[in-house]
Amino acid sequence: MNWLLVVEQCLNGLQFGVMLFLMAAGLTLVFGIMNLVNLAHGSLYMVGAYLATAAFNRTGSFLAAVAFALTATLAIGMLVEVIALRTLYERDHLDQVLATFGLILFFNEAVAIVWGRAALFTAVPRALSGHLQVLPGIPYPAYRAVIILVGLAVALLLYVVVSRTRLGMLIRAGASNRTMVGALGVNIRLLYTVVFGFGAALAALGGAMAGPIYSVLPGMGEEILIQVFVVIVIGGIGSIRGALVGAVVVGMVDTLGRAFLKPMLSTVLGPSAADNAGPALASMLIYILMAAVLFFRPQGLFPAVRS
Amino acid sequence: MAEPLLAVRGLTKRFGGLVATDRVDLEVADGETLAVIGPNGAGKTTLIGQLSGDLVPDAGTIRFAGEDVTALPAPTRSQRGLARSFQITSIFPEFTALDNVALAVQAHAGHSFRFWTPARAERALREPARATLEQVGLGARAAVAAGTLAHGEQRQLEIAMALATRPRLLLLDEPVAGMGADESQRMVQLLRALRGHHTIVLVEHDMDVVFALADRISVMVYGRVIASGAPEAIRANAEVRRAYLGEEIPA
Amino acid sequence: MRSARALTLLAGFLVLGLVPVVAALANQPFYLDLFRRIMIFAIAAVSLDLILGFGGMVSFGHAAYLGIGAYAVAIPAFYGIHSGLVQWPLALALSGLAALAIGAVSLRTSGVSFIMITLAFAQMLYYLGISINAWGADDGMRLARRSQFGGVVDLANAYVFYYVVFGVLVALLWLGHRLIHARFGVVIRAAKSNEPRMRAIGFATFRYKLAAFVIAGAGGGLAGALLTNQTEYLTPSYMHWTRSGDIMVMVILGGMGTLYGPVLGAVAFLLLEDILSAWTVHWQVVLGPLLVLVVLYARRGLYGLLPGAGARDG
Repeated sequence: MNWLLVVEQCLNGLQFGVMLFLMAAGLTLVFGIMNLVNLAHGSLYMVGAYLATAAFNRTGSFLAAVAFALTATLAIGMLVEVIALRTLYERDHLDQVLATFGLILFFNEAVAIVWGRAALFTAVPRALSGHLQVLPGIPYPAYRAVIILVGLAVALLLYVVVSRTRLGMLIRAGASNRTMVGALGVNIRLLYTVVFGFGAALAALGGAMAGPIYSVLPGMGEEILIQVFVVIVIGGIGSIRGALVGAVVVGMVDTLGRAFLKPMLSTVLGPSAADNAGPALASMLIYILMAAVLFFRPQGLFPAVRS
Repeated sequence: MAEPLLAVRGLTKRFGGLVATDRVDLEVADGETLAVIGPNGAGKTTLIGQLSGDLVPDAGTIRFAGEDVTALPAPTRSQRGLARSFQITSIFPEFTALDNVALAVQAHAGHSFRFWTPARAERALREPARATLEQVGLGARAAVAAGTLAHGEQRQLEIAMALATRPRLLLLDEPVAGMGADESQRMVQLLRALRGHHTIVLVEHDMDVVFALADRISVMVYGRVIASGAPEAIRANAEVRRAYLGEEIPA
Repeated sequence: MRSARALTLLAGFLVLGLVPVVAALANQPFYLDLFRRIMIFAIAAVSLDLILGFGGMVSFGHAAYLGIGAYAVAIPAFYGIHSGLVQWPLALALSGLAALAIGAVSLRTSGVSFIMITLAFAQMLYYLGISINAWGADDGMRLARRSQFGGVVDLANAYVFYYVVFGVLVALLWLGHRLIHARFGVVIRAAKSNEPRMRAIGFATFRYKLAAFVIAGAGGGLAGALLTNQTEYLTPSYMHWTRSGDIMVMVILGGMGTLYGPVLGAVAFLLLEDILSAWTVHWQVVLGPLLVLVVLYARRGLYGLLPGAGARDG
């Protein structure tokens, strides 16, 4: 048993989970509090990735690039919220799905116009291109380790905000009973804008960090978005705790499955059968997991929203 | 002594820290009309919800026609003969009044995995539906879209839909809610005519209606049944009067 | 004024039926191909409308069933089985079965969850398709030969194939019309209107919604079988979630819950795509905002613009 590989893949799973969490946290709040199906959330991730990558390639400073991408994407997100999404809050889900689908088409094509359809390449920033000894004798890419740390820091920050601040109280109340919060005289407009902004910033951060290690192409947002949906369904709509648990579980299952399912299957089925079955089954794992969770708890593991 | 048609024991439902129904015991004999009254927030609608199968109780049992139905979902209870009308009108607004009632008939006329014959052509559905509409006084409004009916007419339609399922027990949640005096009178006359043919559990705020229809009354306050008995006994009950302080009970 | 609308629709179908004649006379086989493609997507859109428009179930994974139907034709063909009498029933059966499995899990939820779950399962099938190397992985593979029906019906003949598709579309619309007004259709439509009421009067709505889901899936599978015959190619991208979005757009654009609306939607969407893509390769940057505007301001769809609109059939 190659323990080095196992630990490395576990850490990769955690890193992927953390990226999923960054997307899921904002999106689950938008679903839960604003009852808005926002398919264009992935587009914010993508725009963050493109802007960070382009800025980093231009300036050579990763931190400056991330800061730029965060602010610019946040601005774009707010613009989209004001122009298109505000009117959708009162509409039914079908309208929201179609309208945000239209936004996806627009953003995917827009980045293709500016940067072309080929993947945009950028290197890992020099300072983080080495390895860290996470455990004695186990080196792990520094960049990925930093992503994990950033993600956990964000999780901690969100925990503090949601459970210790007034805003967090409003968020929890809104997730549990939206109409009541409005009836209590809270400025719903402002709350929605803040929540949406939160989500956009987190998506942008995820995208910005994703640049060096994932392919930056048109449509990258939707790839991860669908996995984020799985996270939210498993975790429970409106629940940040659910988003964290769901994200780590999905990240682990997917990464470990892709790494170890084929070798495991080939001991049982033989190498050539495993060659097809392995990757196929691995790509289906998280959906099977989702189906299993739904079967026993249709509302997810930590539902925040009361019926 | 024959077993009551409906026997409720220890029915409890909590919403977070709030106990909406607290160990409620009730009995309704076959053919009887029981009224459940109480101040707002007493848990009456929660009670109806648990009886109809829309809410799952946290504790307690419900026996209907000699069978424990506590675990049965709402559609199954309807098939067993338990019908409900809603406090907030719940109909199919885009369909005509006749279509609405025909749907209720259809639910109890075999399965609906029929893909060929138009449902509107099925006399076995249309005629009982038409008859029920006549029974509640909506015969002339059969072809009107249900959503455009007047409020009082929609309440009548509510009753018609419940009746069309040929129930043994009717759960009526505030049937005269939002109705003016004339409309209420007509509704009371309709419900009077049903007494004896159907067993009725009636939740109501309007005391005139209650005293006009009830064989027995149960009073709920804060989720508990504080008194149960004949209308005169309830009228005289001191605890009931206290609970209704500020509300009118005709002396 | 229902007859005005009926007449307009009849005229439309007449035109559709005459396309091959016109194309032949004008020596423009391209239009034959285009309208055949439009009709195939119309079949997909009509089948989606059953659950989306009539049933109110926002299923964002319909393209998966087209994909399954396509695979059900192309894979047997790959192994030398070309009979349409084997392939097409297989397409219906497999896509129906997939819909049964997916629906059984998804229909236990509703609202936002339902949309996400149907999307996720469809994408799962897409990833499955990409990962199977034997069948071309994400490059796809050619269809060895169009479905054979024993000389009587030769799909290799473009005109015969056109009328086969036309026939399937007309048959589907006719069957759909009967279904919508039969007991089953009434249950589906009423469940969309007020599901709690349906349960209160005694309908176990889950089984009916699941059945509708299966029927819609099978319809999608049939469209997929036709599609792969049309393009003579099989690729997992038929199942990509954006294809699901496209079909949904056709339903909405045309007018959902109207049976004929989706046909109009397919015509409009694909013609628009054809025109716009001739203008620029980046046509989606126009389509996107256009779609947003349609959703926000023109929800009734094209069907609502036909003469005699406003008359409710109930």
